[in-house]
Amino acid sequence: MRKREIIETVGRLKVNLFKILLVSVIGFVSATVSANAVIEIDITRGNVQPLPIAVTPLAGSGAQMTTAGSVMEIGKQISQVVTADLERSGLFNAIDPRAFINSDNATAAPQFANWRAVGAQALVTGATILREDGQLRVEFRLWDVLAGSQMAGLALTSAPQSWRRVAHKISDAIYKRLTGEEGYFDTRIVYISESGPYLNRIKRLAIMDQDGYNHKFMTDGSFMVLNPRFSPTSQEITYLSYYNDTPRVYLFNINTGKSEMLGEFRGMTFAPRFSPDGKNVIMSKAEHGNTDIFVMELATRRIKQLTTNSAIDTSPSYSPFGRYITFTSDRGGTPQLYVMDADGGNIKRISFGQGLYSTPVWSPRGDLIAFTKQTGGKFYIGVIRPDGSGERILTESYFEEGPTWSPNGRVIMYYRKYPYDNRGGGGETQLWSIDLTGYNERQVLTPLDGSDPAWSPLLDRR
Amino acid sequence: MLNKFYAKLLIMAGAALVLSACANSGSDTMDNTPPPEPAPAPAPAPAPTPAPVDTTTQEYLENQVMGGGMDASLVHFAFDRYDIDATARNILQAQANWMKANPSVNVIIEGHCDERGTREYNIALGDRRANAVKNYLVAMGVSASRIRTVSYGKERPISTVDAENRRGKTRVN
Repeated sequence: MRKREIIETVGRLKVNLFKILLVSVIGFVSATVSANAVIEIDITRGNVQPLPIAVTPLAGSGAQMTTAGSVMEIGKQISQVVTADLERSGLFNAIDPRAFINSDNATAAPQFANWRAVGAQALVTGATILREDGQLRVEFRLWDVLAGSQMAGLALTSAPQSWRRVAHKISDAIYKRLTGEEGYFDTRIVYISESGPYLNRIKRLAIMDQDGYNHKFMTDGSFMVLNPRFSPTSQEITYLSYYNDTPRVYLFNINTGKSEMLGEFRGMTFAPRFSPDGKNVIMSKAEHGNTDIFVMELATRRIKQLTTNSAIDTSPSYSPFGRYITFTSDRGGTPQLYVMDADGGNIKRISFGQGLYSTPVWSPRGDLIAFTKQTGGKFYIGVIRPDGSGERILTESYFEEGPTWSPNGRVIMYYRKYPYDNRGGGGETQLWSIDLTGYNERQVLTPLDGSDPAWSPLLDRR
Repeated sequence: MLNKFYAKLLIMAGAALVLSACANSGSDTMDNTPPPEPAPAPAPAPAPTPAPVDTTTQEYLENQVMGGGMDASLVHFAFDRYDIDATARNILQAQANWMKANPSVNVIIEGHCDERGTREYNIALGDRRANAVKNYLVAMGVSASRIRTVSYGKERPISTVDAENRRGKTRVN
C-alpha cells in the first residue's frame, strides 16, 4: 500500500489577474485507501466510452460572505465548472445532481452504495472554507466508487474571486488521475475576435479562459490584428498588427498591457511564434516579394535568416525542444509542409498527399504536426508524423484553418468560416475544437465571431 | 479583355482628353511617351472661374485615368499566381504614364488574395502580387522610391467572387 504524505507544493502564479494560489495534497480519509483502484480511462483507444462521474456541490457555509458571493454559492459554482470541464473533454459523463441519493459530508468517507446505485464510477466531494485572512480554502477528493477508495485529494487556497481557476485546477487533477495525462483546463485562449459585415470585418485581439469565461478585448479594432501566439510563460503574446497601416510583428505583455514592435525592418514581418524556451521569436519577413523565415533573439533583437529560397517560406513552428522547425513553403510549386533543423539546415518536404498544405504546428508531445489541407474545394484539419508518414484527417468543412494544440497534445482547436450567402450574410467565423482521435468536435463559444485561436500552456507550469 | 480596356480608354478620352495620344495611337498601347498635361475638365460655362482639376488624387486616378467602375485602379490575378497578364499590363501602363506626368504622386500598391487559402500564406502571396505590380511600374520608368507595397492577404475582400478579390490596387499615398 502506497500512502502519500502531505506534500506542500507552493506555486507562485505568474499570470496577473490571479492571486497566489497554494496547492497542497490533502491526506487520505479513513483507512479505506485501496491500492487497487479499478477505474481509469484508457484514452489511447479511439472512441472512449465516457466515464460516469458524480460531482457533488462542494460544502460551504451560506452565511459566510466573500467579495465573490457566499462560500456555499462559490462551492456550488466550482462544482458546476468542474462538471462542465470534464464533460467538454468527452471522456466523462456527469450524472445529473437531481439523481443523487445523498450529499455526502465532505470530510467523511462517502456511502459508496448510494453512488453505485446511481451508476457513478467516480465521485468528487469537497468543501470550501473561508479562512480568517479572507483567503478561500477549497478541498476536494476523488473517489473510486467501485473499489470504495480515495484516488486523489487536494487543497487549494486562493483569493475568493479566483475560484474559477481553482475549479479548473481541480478538473486538471481529476483528469490527470483518471487518464494518466496532464489536463488542459487551467489554460487560456488568445484569438482574433471578428465582427461586422464580411466586406468590412473588424478584428480585435481577445483573450479568455479555455471555457470562454473572463473574456477581455486587448485591442479596440481601429487597426487589424492577426495570428496571436502565447509565450511559454503565457505572459506575452506575439502577433501581427496593421497599426499605422504598417504590418509588423508585435509583442504584447499581459502584465503591463503594453505592446511593442519587434524590430524595424524594410519588409513586412508576420507569422510569429515563440521558441519553446521563450528566448526567440521565429517569423516570416517579406521583402521585394520574397518571404523567408527569420529568428529574432528577444534579448538583443538581432535577427538571423534561416531560409534563403526565392519561394514563400512561412508559418514556422518549433518542435517541443526547439531542435527542429516545421513550416510552409511553395518552393515545390504549391504550398506544402517542410521540416528543417533549427539553424535552417537539412530541409525536407513531409507532405505528399493530394492538395495544398499549410499552417503546420508541432504537437507539445512532439510526435505529430497538425496542419490545414486544401483540396477539392474543401478545407481540412489533419495530423501527420514529422517524418511525413501517418497523415490523418480529423475534420473537414467549406473553410477551416489554423490548428492549435491543447498543452497536453490531446485536443486541437481551429477556426471555421462559413460561405457567403449572396444576400449580404454568411462569412461568419467560429472557434471549434476536436479530439485527436477525431471525436468530440464542438464549438468553442465566443461573444462575437472568432478566428486564429492559440492555446496557452498550463498557467502555472513550472 | 483588350476590348474592355479600349472601351475604357474611349470613355476616358471623351471625358477628359487624358491619354488622348495613347488612345489615338491604337495599337501602340505600350508607348512610353507621357501623356500631355491634362486639360481642365470641360466646364459648361465660363461664368465663375473653373476650379483647376487636381490630377494627383485617387479619384482622378480611378475616374479619369482608369475610366471608373469596379475595376478602376485594380489589376487581377489567377488563383495562387502573381504574374501580370496582358490586361493588367495595359492598366499598369496607363498608371505609369499618369505617375510620370504627376511626379508629386506617391502610391501604395496593395496586394490582396481570395479567401481560399490560409492567412499567413496569403499574406506572403499578397506581398508577391503587390511587388509584381510595383516591379512593372518601375520597369515602365516610375521611380521605385515613389512606390510602397503592403499586403492585406485575404483580409480585405471587396466581393463574394473569388476572382475579384485576387487583386492589386494602386492607392495614392
